[in-house]
Amino acid sequence: MITDERPIFMQIAERVENDIIDGALPEEGQVPSTNEFAAFYRINPATALKGVNLLVDDGILYKKRGIGMFVSSGARERLVSKRRDRFVHEYLHPLLAEAAKLGISPTQLGELLRDEASATASAATPTSASRKEQLS
Amino acid sequence: MTDTSAVVSVTALSKRFGSVTAVDSVDFEVRENTIYGLLGRNGAGKTTLMQLLTGQDFASSGSINVFGASPVENPDVLSQICFIKESQKYPDEFRAKHVFKSAPWFFTNWDAAFAEELIEEFNVPLNRPIKKLSRGQLSAVGVIVGLASRAPLTFFDEPYLGLDAVARQIFYDRLLADYSEHPRTVILSTHLIDEVSNLLEHVLVIDQGRIIIDEEADALRGSATTVAGTRAAVERFTAGRTLLHSESIGGLASVTIQGQLSAFERADAADSGLELLPVSLQQLIVRSTNTSTHDFQASA
Repeated sequence: MITDERPIFMQIAERVENDIIDGALPEEGQVPSTNEFAAFYRINPATALKGVNLLVDDGILYKKRGIGMFVSSGARERLVSKRRDRFVHEYLHPLLAEAAKLGISPTQLGELLRDEASATASAATPTSASRKEQLS
Repeated sequence: MTDTSAVVSVTALSKRFGSVTAVDSVDFEVRENTIYGLLGRNGAGKTTLMQLLTGQDFASSGSINVFGASPVENPDVLSQICFIKESQKYPDEFRAKHVFKSAPWFFTNWDAAFAEELIEEFNVPLNRPIKKLSRGQLSAVGVIVGLASRAPLTFFDEPYLGLDAVARQIFYDRLLADYSEHPRTVILSTHLIDEVSNLLEHVLVIDQGRIIIDEEADALRGSATTVAGTRAAVERFTAGRTLLHSESIGGLASVTIQGQLSAFERADAADSGLELLPVSLQQLIVRSTNTSTHDFQASA
């Protein structure tokens, strides 16, 4: 769950961000307490607090005195646009580097992407019933 | 050194046994309500240091301040300290129940109900003479006393010899949960660094009597990276950096370097076909305590 690569507080902040992006933590919904994070991830509560505070400073979470932490309105959209900026750097650059290593041209890569995307899309379309038919 | 939230403050502290210097002129502070890891190899000086901090031994030189005073024969200070030792001795006729019964005499914050929960969880036979307890059961008695005493300053010196993985996990979980509800300062000395690294807020590494790392645990995470790949590429990438460790086989090399890598440097490494591997706290300490041995020998 928690890796050695980066400070734990950053990993906690990123997990909360992921939960906001995929809707597990809705806007205006309450976020688990730092003690709950600490117990769940088996980390120091001070470290969990540091991660949560990082998101408070960014305006992603806000504090309700005496009640707890909540997800700010508009947090999801802001996180998605931030992640999109990083997407090119974190996903496309390594992809292009590996493709170049294997002699796959950008044009071929584009074709591969399109084929792969339509294959995953069609695999996801059949209902569970029709998939059962295919199997039998 | 005037941090008011420091519960322990040590200046130029040394302890010599004959020609051996067990603690060699160390300076550090321990912040209030923080979990510290006191880490180091066997014979590095961990236990000696804890004995000095708890007033069980006299310093050869330097000063120790615990809760604002010297701990030696100072009941005001000692009543706030709980020291769980690897080899705690109990009176011969003691059974486990006597240990828990007498604990409130020494620890004003003793929580008997919490102790009972722990006794059940660790499965400690209350009526068996202490001498007949297994190594693991004896460790469990110490761990329970350390947790349920809720002392403002608690030392655990290798508290879990003989405790199995399940019992150790109970200890970690209970420590975290109880610390969350009743914040206090905990100093945990252990060899099982990987197991506790996520629990620690601050790390002190002692090597040959000297403190070689005094740092937030999270700052240490990601503070070193192992770079692996062809020897030429590794040498080019690591040139001018602080090397903690290096090994090579044939045309391949693996080098551990100190310092954070920027996104740009990571991309550069990927472009050069290099693999970047995270270094755990345990590996980092193994590397650090190894190199300092070499430095020490080189300078001696």
